[in-house]
Amino acid sequence: MDCATGAGVPALGGLPRGCAMDSQFVPAGARRGLLMAQARFLPGGPPQSVQTQIPLIDELIQILGKPQVLAEKEDLIPYSFDGTAVLRQIPGAVVFPRTAGEVSSVLKLAQKLKVPVVARGSGTGLSGGSVPSPGSIVLCLVKMDRILELDARNLTLRAQAGVLTQAIYDSADAAGLFYPPDPGSMKISTIGGNVAENSGGLRGLKYGVTRDYVMGLEVVLADGEICLLGNKCVKDVAGYSMKDLFIGSEGTLGVVTEVLLKLLPKPAARQTLLASYARMDSAAETVSAIIAAGIVPCTLEFLDSKTIKCVEEYAHVGLPLDAEALLLIEVDGHPAAVADEAKKVRELCERLGATTVRLAADAAEAKRLAAARRSAFSALARMKPTTILEDATVPRSELAGMIRFIQETGERHRLQIATFGHFGDGNLHPTFLTDERDAEEMRRVDIAMREIFEHALSLGGTITGEHGVGLAKKIFLKSQLGEASYDLLRKIKRTLDPGNLLNPGKIFDP
Amino acid sequence: MDYSVLQQCMHCGLCLPTCPTYLETGKERNSPRGRISLMRAIADGEMGTTSAFADEMSYCLGCLACSTACPAGVDYATLFETARADVEKSGIKSGLLRRFIRWFSLRFLLFRPYALRTEGRLWWLYEASGMQKLLRKSGILSLLPARLRELERQTIPMRPEFSDEIIAAVERPRGEIRRRVAVLTGCIQDIAFSDVNRATVDVLLENGCEVATPRAQSCCGSLHVHNGDHDGALILARRQIDSIDQSKFDAIISNSAGCGSHLKHYGHLLAGDPAYAARAAAWSAKVRDISEWLVEIGFRAPVPPTNGAAPVAITYHEACHLCHGQKITAQPREILRALPGVDLRECPESTMCCGSAGIYSLTQPRTSAWLLDRKVSHIHSTGASVIATANPGCQLQIQRGLSSDTEAKRVVHPIVLLAEAYKAEK
Repeated sequence: MDCATGAGVPALGGLPRGCAMDSQFVPAGARRGLLMAQARFLPGGPPQSVQTQIPLIDELIQILGKPQVLAEKEDLIPYSFDGTAVLRQIPGAVVFPRTAGEVSSVLKLAQKLKVPVVARGSGTGLSGGSVPSPGSIVLCLVKMDRILELDARNLTLRAQAGVLTQAIYDSADAAGLFYPPDPGSMKISTIGGNVAENSGGLRGLKYGVTRDYVMGLEVVLADGEICLLGNKCVKDVAGYSMKDLFIGSEGTLGVVTEVLLKLLPKPAARQTLLASYARMDSAAETVSAIIAAGIVPCTLEFLDSKTIKCVEEYAHVGLPLDAEALLLIEVDGHPAAVADEAKKVRELCERLGATTVRLAADAAEAKRLAAARRSAFSALARMKPTTILEDATVPRSELAGMIRFIQETGERHRLQIATFGHFGDGNLHPTFLTDERDAEEMRRVDIAMREIFEHALSLGGTITGEHGVGLAKKIFLKSQLGEASYDLLRKIKRTLDPGNLLNPGKIFDP
Repeated sequence: MDYSVLQQCMHCGLCLPTCPTYLETGKERNSPRGRISLMRAIADGEMGTTSAFADEMSYCLGCLACSTACPAGVDYATLFETARADVEKSGIKSGLLRRFIRWFSLRFLLFRPYALRTEGRLWWLYEASGMQKLLRKSGILSLLPARLRELERQTIPMRPEFSDEIIAAVERPRGEIRRRVAVLTGCIQDIAFSDVNRATVDVLLENGCEVATPRAQSCCGSLHVHNGDHDGALILARRQIDSIDQSKFDAIISNSAGCGSHLKHYGHLLAGDPAYAARAAAWSAKVRDISEWLVEIGFRAPVPPTNGAAPVAITYHEACHLCHGQKITAQPREILRALPGVDLRECPESTMCCGSAGIYSLTQPRTSAWLLDRKVSHIHSTGASVIATANPGCQLQIQRGLSSDTEAKRVVHPIVLLAEAYKAEK
């Protein structure tokens, strides 16, 4: 498949330039055609250079200063995507505001010139939520990166939207406190992005998701008004809970510029177990039994057989290759309670058919056991050129059946789908291992994905547990919400953003 | 190069927090995934190899921190080398002076060991004769253009003797010969750090290895791939392979991180050359970094001296091409911990580039200085008086960074410390 290398040319050719014309290859043009053919394409079609409006750039420079405005091609192409496979669109400009006032000025300018605005943090989203709209201004908030206050008496932390999630965690940790939400990208994701997408993570079952830790927000509305929503009070019923409207709104209703977060005291102890099962149903029964026994683990993760094989091939951690499921279970809290719960969990695993159960003797072993789950995505991502990570979610009780359905769907459509995820909260990650250059296979991926979402909905689940709707899942939204709820969303959008300039075309078309 | 190498990047962004240039600017273009997106745009015909792209690839350190962070196993080393070669081939940055400097350094000096040595000798004379001191004091150097002044300031302190003069072609251990190895003396290492090569041989002898050191070795070509001279790298790789009869040795030892990382890639580099592919693959499998080899064969811990002196605080700076290029992080520490009377203190951001990165301190002096300041402040925070690092470029760069310290600090290759500890036993 090497398009740059012919006979007699060294193996390491140049960048595979002009591959678009090479017949050995599914060329870039076909890649775009493919995008058009499937549901995941962008409004406005394939990536293209949009003629940048000169007055727009000049006025942006007046507001922010020249270094904070990017408009060259080489600067814009790297902002044409986020963490989502396949989706791309080149913006008109990228700007780096440093205050809510600057964000407000940019939004007012956008209103004046009728230019769409797409807010973005580090661009790690997995549903295309921060992929630019054609010709849009990308409002990149990474330079608003200050932690403003850690209030140990009220257990709150106030930070600008561009602070990295990891920095929030570290800052709380240094004060002996705990910020639980831990999305997979937390080393680089921003807290503003987490709020906009209502990100989850591994600790959902016991600790909930980002929404559960947002006490207040500073939001800039489409017309440039700056609103403060919420406060440090645990109880507050004054008016509508407006902050909740903006959490998970994916930048379509306003731009989050500051967050007030709730923190918890740090759990004193933690214990890790790894159990393997010959049958997925035994693993599911174990999960039910653990919860029925009144134990709420902070982590309850699983890998399916395909993921186990890939992980073992990649990381050589000694996983049983004939296992159908692997459970990683962590309990945390008071040391005495942790020891007691870990013992009970172990007994339950053994009683309900686990073939092996390993209990970590110390922190180092805990880390080794967790490595199997932690390296799952890495292991899968190496298998094929294109990795599409989905997040269909069902009620916990339906999980084993859902996993089986995904496996059957993969077989039916001759696709490689590996599944891992959060058994505790029913949040699955069916991961498609494919190649976007193969148009025919990509069509089958689309069909399989649709079937998986439809099945999740039929079980009372959701099309997205933690990645958001963005562009990738917008065509499925109506079937989940139903006509009336879908219409309510549109009414809210029209009220708050009548010009449809904030992240237009994401979640739904208003 | 296959398009799938580019495709392997799923733009998840996990490389961003480890990328020094992204940390400096906060702009995607200056990040690994941003650079890969530009390469892909070129491959897709969306843009040409522009001057801005050339600048971007020159701004990239090639430290490979991104490849350690990458969950998808993107082969950034190959992408980086290919992109830099592409820039050279496009001719977009080809001033006459630039072309001459490239030819003189990459194709003249580094292709001819004796030319390089002659240059090394001349520099040594310049330094040792007091001429350097005199010129620096006289202020006459300030008449030079800024670039040349910077170059003069960064002159490498040369060793009075080359590796060949202090290492015999074959040296045998005192006791039983347990293994046979060949030692690569490098090019810069040979003229500036021949003492590290001597220490490497001493340590190998102490551990039962018979050591062969081929005479007047040439450059391995690492600087060539790093600077876009792919063809030059191929010539040097073939020459290197021809110079050593691999079948006679259990391992081929390198003590310089940058060289070792590249030497392990010969298999990949020459995969398309039927005459060399098999030998190159075997070569790559035999190359070991010295610390890697010592731990693999179970090196002997030095016996502590009877008059136990106060412990010395040491910190370890990880050369990019050892920790990211070769994923070797535990072994050098194991060696340092085995030293008697050593208090090993971890340095914050020990895997972050020091800004040396080949000739980066000359091509990107601002970023290089910023990285060096960051490194030096972390080193100071450890309170260590000895800084161990296993790459000549890092050693020179950190020495320069610490030169204005009131309390003198020693920057040294871990293997030199081990050789000294063996010597102190006697």
